[in-house]
Amino acid sequence: MGVKTIPPAARAYIGCALLAAGACVLPALRPGAPWGTIALLAALYALCELPARCPLPGRALGGSVPLGTGSFFPVLLAAALLLPPAAAALAAVPGSLLARVEEPPAAPRRAWRAAATALAVWAAAHAAGALGGPAALGNDRDAPDLPYALLPAGAAALALCLVLTALDGGIRATVEGPPPRAAWRGLLGRALAPHLVHGLAGLMMGVLWRSGHGPVAGLFVLLPMYISCWVFAQYHRERAAHRATIRALVQAVDLKDRYTRGHSERVGHASVLIARELGMPEERLDAVRFAGILHDVGKLGVPTRVLRKDGPLTPEERRVIELHPEYGHEIVRGIGFLDEARDAILHHHERMDGSGYPYGLRGEQIPEFARMVAVADAFDAMTSNRSYSRARPVPVAVAELERCAGTHFDPRMVDALVRALDRHGWRPAVTADETAAPPGGNVPRAREASAPSPPRPSTPPSSSAPSPSSSAPSPSSSAPSGERA
Amino acid sequence: MRPGVLTVGAVRAAALLLGLTALGATLRNGLDQPGNALAFGALVALGELARWGAAPGEREPAPLAAAGALAYALLGESAGSGTTHGVLQTVAVVTAAGLAGIVPHLARGRGPGPDHLARRVLTVGFAALCFQPLYNSGAVVRHLGEGPPYALFLGLLLVLTALCDAVLAALLLRALTGFPYGSLLRDELRALLGIGSAVCATGAVMALGVAAAGLWALPVLAVPLLLTQVSYRRYEAVRTVNRQTIASLARATEVAGCTPPGHAHRVAALSAAVGRELGLSGAELTVLEHAALMHDIGQLSLADPVEGGATALLPAEEQRRIALLGGEVVRRTGVPPAVAVIVERQADPYREQPLPARIIRTVNAYDDLTGAGADAGRGTGVGGGPGAALDALERLRLGTARDHHPDVVEGLARVLARDGAVGMTPVVPG
Repeated sequence: MGVKTIPPAARAYIGCALLAAGACVLPALRPGAPWGTIALLAALYALCELPARCPLPGRALGGSVPLGTGSFFPVLLAAALLLPPAAAALAAVPGSLLARVEEPPAAPRRAWRAAATALAVWAAAHAAGALGGPAALGNDRDAPDLPYALLPAGAAALALCLVLTALDGGIRATVEGPPPRAAWRGLLGRALAPHLVHGLAGLMMGVLWRSGHGPVAGLFVLLPMYISCWVFAQYHRERAAHRATIRALVQAVDLKDRYTRGHSERVGHASVLIARELGMPEERLDAVRFAGILHDVGKLGVPTRVLRKDGPLTPEERRVIELHPEYGHEIVRGIGFLDEARDAILHHHERMDGSGYPYGLRGEQIPEFARMVAVADAFDAMTSNRSYSRARPVPVAVAELERCAGTHFDPRMVDALVRALDRHGWRPAVTADETAAPPGGNVPRAREASAPSPPRPSTPPSSSAPSPSSSAPSPSSSAPSGERA
Repeated sequence: MRPGVLTVGAVRAAALLLGLTALGATLRNGLDQPGNALAFGALVALGELARWGAAPGEREPAPLAAAGALAYALLGESAGSGTTHGVLQTVAVVTAAGLAGIVPHLARGRGPGPDHLARRVLTVGFAALCFQPLYNSGAVVRHLGEGPPYALFLGLLLVLTALCDAVLAALLLRALTGFPYGSLLRDELRALLGIGSAVCATGAVMALGVAAAGLWALPVLAVPLLLTQVSYRRYEAVRTVNRQTIASLARATEVAGCTPPGHAHRVAALSAAVGRELGLSGAELTVLEHAALMHDIGQLSLADPVEGGATALLPAEEQRRIALLGGEVVRRTGVPPAVAVIVERQADPYREQPLPARIIRTVNAYDDLTGAGADAGRGTGVGGGPGAALDALERLRLGTARDHHPDVVEGLARVLARDGAVGMTPVVPG
């Protein structure tokens, strides 16, 4: 069948769906079916799905095409309102067979989609028919019964949505194995509103199709829907581009300071773990993730020679490195949606007892996001290999964090991280190149000041960089008073 | 007086005259089919209200209002019986409803500019003028009947109207910015393919839908268009964020001390203006702008920042090496690969370069020569002033043998000569 093997349960499921769809479509093949309308609607649906398949018309529309199926439900819903159930199901088949398949096993996917769409349209047509939909559309002589016609159209859209969601949830359950209830829960809520809007468009298309202006007028209804889907596809493309740009920002840091590869992404991940554990609403989690990912972006402003310096740092160089939170804050200043994340970038080296930098804020003065990122940053610094120290096991790192809770870190954040680790574990995506010590990064940076270590107040503030055996400079050396604003 | 002022004044005066005449005539003669007028007026007013949260410079901030206005202009029948509202009533209703809809926006100081209103009034007047006299005299129904040809006729009228609107918009922009008309018109026409076509199609379908099903068709058809508007907003929002992120990446070189403050933005804005001047439009301009923002990104890979950040004063080989390093970084961002190519080739001799790379090379050199970085090199101590600009242009002209394309240098000179007011404002919000 395809490249990927399909579980037998899914095979049987698809087979059943195909049989059921065949049984639904069969009555349409009797003589006397409205072949003209079927052919027109089927061709229209296929035509609407085609740009997703062929690059040429897609490119003419600006390089991006509507996503997969689902774009042209108005046509299907119009078919469900205009035609008897079997004929409507038949009209849906050619288009769903032709449409593009995203992933490799194409034949079974096409067959599955055709069967599911035909079944859903059949159900929608039955729902509309039961409420007198076709009659409510009116015709050449009778005006449509408009406020009432909304009811069959809504019922058709609802039926289409429910059947498609149920069938999709079923196939997910057989292929991937989550319980069907979990597979369905997410699907239905998201799908309902768009389907109802498509129902409205399908209704107007049906009304105009039947009216004296003929099918041509019905076509005009499709254009706004088509544009809407096209814009939606563009939106997804642009969002992917934005993610790539953020990654590029992070990778630009890697260009300069190669020993922390993957660190930013992991800090983003750990920050989200903490935030979720604290019950932060879903929409703020994105900001937390960006705060974690971008927390070190200010290193772009530190001269590469200093970052890669092979040997102890002079106090001057240390001060330059400790400017990186402020540089980072300045770099992302123009990005509108980062708001809270920007504060986290500025303050992620502050400490609860006020010994951090750049401002020496203490306790609740430090923004919440910054306290989160500080814990995540320290945790990842300890559990990953650094050129000056081997990765410590998670329990050791956690013990270290707990020891410094209250002085360096917000105990609430530490607790949240510990709870989250208990629940989800820590599976950092350690890349292979991380274990190899990159050239020129043999000295711990002041940046690592957030990595907790036994406080050694005896270290004078102006001392040079700590020896490679210690994981971090002492608290006192990391916050030179000259840096406080 | 600049020639642009005359054009803008003429357009505004024409719109004002049309609107006042229409309102006056309608007040004197009373409304035909007040039900229709009220329903479409309400739709237009609501559509204008729905411009909440529109980003400045959004192409069609109130698509529902535009579609409703067009539909009223092309309304022949309502639920089976003919209408008799003429051109003037159409314009009057649309103007009054549009004004009513933007009052809350104006009260908060964020209303649309007068040019937007003028365009709306003139466009609707054009559509109504094409359709209403023909329909009211019975010629349309006599020749085309009420079947499919009628629907196609409406479609044709809307295409004409959209073209008229695009011409008008480009004319206004030309008057305001002084950019070449062709490139502006191309931009406007390309935008028609997006939300513009959705607006036109909804306008036609509303006119036909009301003819077939009465006024109930209006709310039913308004919902899909609102959905389009929402998707468009979301798309624009993420586009803005992406551009801001790219600008941040560009600012990284400034924070690192590789380039003088504001360099990337100045080069991007000036490059976009020069690109416009040389006839680039649409996607080409976006690519140029992104490449200009990131043209210095290769310096991040250098161990030491270039003194003063003025790459134009470095030896050619070094410039090309930095350009190649920059291309590598740019390739990892989400921008089209064309941007990376331009960044890589910015330091090549101009005969081997594509046009956007030529523009960036020349504009970058101009900014380096006029900025602080140049002072150290020349020891003149003149930073910025008009003398520095002329000096820099002179040096660029001397470089047209190998480094700078003569057309690009002349384009830059024209943009700078045009008082620099619009050409110099940053395209990318900081």
